[in-house]
Amino acid sequence: MTDLKYTIKDFKSDNEIRWCAGCGDFAIINAVQRTMAGMGIPREKFAVISGIGCSSRFPYYMSTYGFHTIHGRATAVASGVKAANPELNVWVITGDGDSMAIGGNHFIHMIRRNFDLNVVVFNNRIYGLTKGQYSPTSDRGFVSKTSPFGTVEDPFIPGQLVLGARGTFFARSIDGNLKLSQSVLEGAAQHKGTSVVEVLQNCVIFNNGIHAAITDPNYRADRQLVLEHGKPMLFGEENDKGLIFDKGKLKVVKIGENGVTESDILVHDAYEEDPTLHLALINMKLPDFPVAFGIIRSVTAPVYDAEMEAQIKQVQQTRRIKNVDELLRSGNTWEVTGNGNGKGSSPKCP
Amino acid sequence: MKETKVIELEEVAIRFSGDSGDGMQLTGTLFSDATALLGNDISTFPDYPSEIRAPQGTVGGVSGFQVQFGHKQINTPGDYAHVLVAMNPAAIKANARFMMPGATIIYDSDSFTEKNLTKANFKTDDPFTELGLEDYFKIAVPITTLTQEGLKEFGLDNKSVLRSKNMFALGLVCWMFNRPLEFVDEFIRSKFKKKPVVVESNIKVLHDGYNYGMNMQHMTPTYLVHPAEIENGTYRNINGNHATAWGLLAAAERSGLELFLGSYPITPATDILSALSERKDLGVKTFQAEDEIAGIASAIGAAFAGDLAVTTTSGPGLALKSEAIGLAVMAELPLVIVNVQRGGPSTGLPTKTEQSDLLQALYGRNGESPVVVLAASTPSDCFYYAYMASKIALERMVPVILLTDGFLGNGSEPWRIPSMAELPAITPRVAKDAETFKPYSRDKDTLARDWAFPGMKGFEHRIGGLEKNITGTVSHDPENHQVNTEIREEKVQRVVDLVPDLEVCGDEEGEILVVGWGGTYGHLISTVRQLRLEGKDVSLAHFNYIKPLPKNTKDVFSRFKKIIVCELNLGQFAGYLRDKMPGFNYFQANKVKGLPFTVSELKESINKLLED
Repeated sequence: MTDLKYTIKDFKSDNEIRWCAGCGDFAIINAVQRTMAGMGIPREKFAVISGIGCSSRFPYYMSTYGFHTIHGRATAVASGVKAANPELNVWVITGDGDSMAIGGNHFIHMIRRNFDLNVVVFNNRIYGLTKGQYSPTSDRGFVSKTSPFGTVEDPFIPGQLVLGARGTFFARSIDGNLKLSQSVLEGAAQHKGTSVVEVLQNCVIFNNGIHAAITDPNYRADRQLVLEHGKPMLFGEENDKGLIFDKGKLKVVKIGENGVTESDILVHDAYEEDPTLHLALINMKLPDFPVAFGIIRSVTAPVYDAEMEAQIKQVQQTRRIKNVDELLRSGNTWEVTGNGNGKGSSPKCP
Repeated sequence: MKETKVIELEEVAIRFSGDSGDGMQLTGTLFSDATALLGNDISTFPDYPSEIRAPQGTVGGVSGFQVQFGHKQINTPGDYAHVLVAMNPAAIKANARFMMPGATIIYDSDSFTEKNLTKANFKTDDPFTELGLEDYFKIAVPITTLTQEGLKEFGLDNKSVLRSKNMFALGLVCWMFNRPLEFVDEFIRSKFKKKPVVVESNIKVLHDGYNYGMNMQHMTPTYLVHPAEIENGTYRNINGNHATAWGLLAAAERSGLELFLGSYPITPATDILSALSERKDLGVKTFQAEDEIAGIASAIGAAFAGDLAVTTTSGPGLALKSEAIGLAVMAELPLVIVNVQRGGPSTGLPTKTEQSDLLQALYGRNGESPVVVLAASTPSDCFYYAYMASKIALERMVPVILLTDGFLGNGSEPWRIPSMAELPAITPRVAKDAETFKPYSRDKDTLARDWAFPGMKGFEHRIGGLEKNITGTVSHDPENHQVNTEIREEKVQRVVDLVPDLEVCGDEEGEILVVGWGGTYGHLISTVRQLRLEGKDVSLAHFNYIKPLPKNTKDVFSRFKKIIVCELNLGQFAGYLRDKMPGFNYFQANKVKGLPFTVSELKESINKLLED
């Protein structure tokens, strides 16, 4: 299969893309298509499942199999697709509202079961398709059409939810960083189990600049920590800032200050089973901390669709009943013979 | 149609059985007295052990009491029991031969110790298999533990505690058969009035047993039996939920597809999920979803991926699935939705039967959202209609709702086992030519689209809930929406060519046509038979195909002077017929008590119509 030579063009459909000019979605679909083209998997084995929202128009712009379902249910539909045919490479395209508000229940249970699915969550912290209402990832006090005086609720932090649901893979990227997106999507695609990739995405119309503090080129190096497994957690213009674990908490330090050397800096271990540090990394926010990007967690655990298939095979190895005829005749049965002509009674009313 | 004689709900024989020290005589007497007080005619049959002091736990020491009750005059306690309450393994052994095939056995699971099994001369630890009772409906209840637990605060010695076990069993059976506890409470108060502790402890255990039954949603067993005149063949006992599960398995095998069930437990449909979960040997993929919506959504995913996909539920669950059914309508995917109806609305009467989801099945979705609707009419024909629902879905690329109900699902009857070769072929519409494939191109006769699923090279395409044009591209074109809306309806109507003509039981023309649908068949045919034996001009037309209706429906209706539509709701099918088959004056007989019809009340309604 590795001799398949695809380019990004092989994954684009003829449909005109109808996202707004300047939308962060363009960069994300680009990264997904590049990732798929490089996977060496025949195109017909890909299925892209989406729910409702701007991002969920995604399947129409792909040349793979695609299913644009209903609000919040893409994760449940995709679970059924994967269970039906575990050989498929199934992607879920969803947004913060679709996955964490109306579809919250399916989202956490898909993760808990660890279906082998690649889930891309477009997080723009707003409802775009319905024109600008706050979402479950909008900050407390956020002003929108349905919260003109500010919201009085706290947001979900997607990674927290994923780890709380026993997630085995969580990565974070940002729409503008195509290289990072592609690299975490490749990691997600290779991971066996539910891979959730949160992409911070800019809604140019209804929430423009929501991630600007993180992406601002002047401060980017200080505000983004791109994690790589096995590498020290260093960031900053001079790459001289880092994280240490102090009194049970993460702390930002500067190499050379207070006797801190590079050997004091934490080394990222995405494969660590214990989610404590992963969670702390996910929770980091401005201004005290940089925001963590890259593959934050990637651990192995039994995969639902594979387990389901294996269980069926195992039961079938010692099965007594091999077909429906045998099933119908199993257990207590008895024979009726010599009843008149043996044809029984046709509908008959005296 | 086949002949079915109904033993009505109220005509049930219950046998209480345990050690002679277990107080089963008292339990039986109290139950029959409580029953008599409700106005049921009863007949009882105490069955004491020959040796009053036979060793405890042995078959010789078993004491029993059988009570049969019903509306009509009951002359015998019933030769065979429908329900056995067994306090130990010996009671099961002693009574195995007194039970109806497929009877319900409620037993104290705590008593199934090695010691008790040995005493009752069982050779294995599975007395049911040893006695050939595998297909009986067994309800294991830890009666001893629960009695002890319930009396913990009373400070009684263990012997006194164990003596109250019978009250737990009595409370449980009173729940199952709708007997109020007041009478038993009163009896206990007067019998033990000098021993307040005994009064309180017995009443506590009695109510614990009743509440246990309610919490576990143990259902009232319902029975249908055939008369002697039956077809030669191999028979087995089967209930409606098992028959449904097996019909789906048969359809999967016949169509060459894998079976996927996405479902969420709900009374009284859960048994279909459990029955299919047992069948990993036949490759069934069962997915217990996190909710009703995920149940159907996963099934839709499986249908998109090429499985025979099914979701099973009961009324409230169907409501939750509505939006997703609309997606299956729009995406034109094959999907079977089984609704085992129960009393509604809302949580309603979960353990009771009703036919009040008919309009929900037909119309309960946003938009013009037509689906095929079928209804099974006996426990065993759930097999056939589950099979047909699958066939229609796969051949016509359409969601099909199969309506059964609590009465059918839990009722059982002897069934002549068909062979797979007798069943009609199923040919799924799998796309063949990648060059010409378009997601919404259609067969010109059936209007069904072709089915291509991920993994098939060259057929890659996109579908979804938005209105599409023939290529699967989203279309907001007004004309396109009008055309497609009409096509989706017409596609369902054209299923009529798979629907057999409506049969009339009785004369082809005459005074009164009794019309029914679904699970009331047994009671309606019994009623019509009895009326005809009395010389009345009455016939029966019973519907299994609701949408589309059989082709000859109008023709049949036009040959009778009066039509009376009998159903367990306030007139949903009658209203549907007024809409779809106008020009007739439909009379109605309706009941919404959570109970099946009785023959006597049906006869009364029909006789009244005959006199008018």
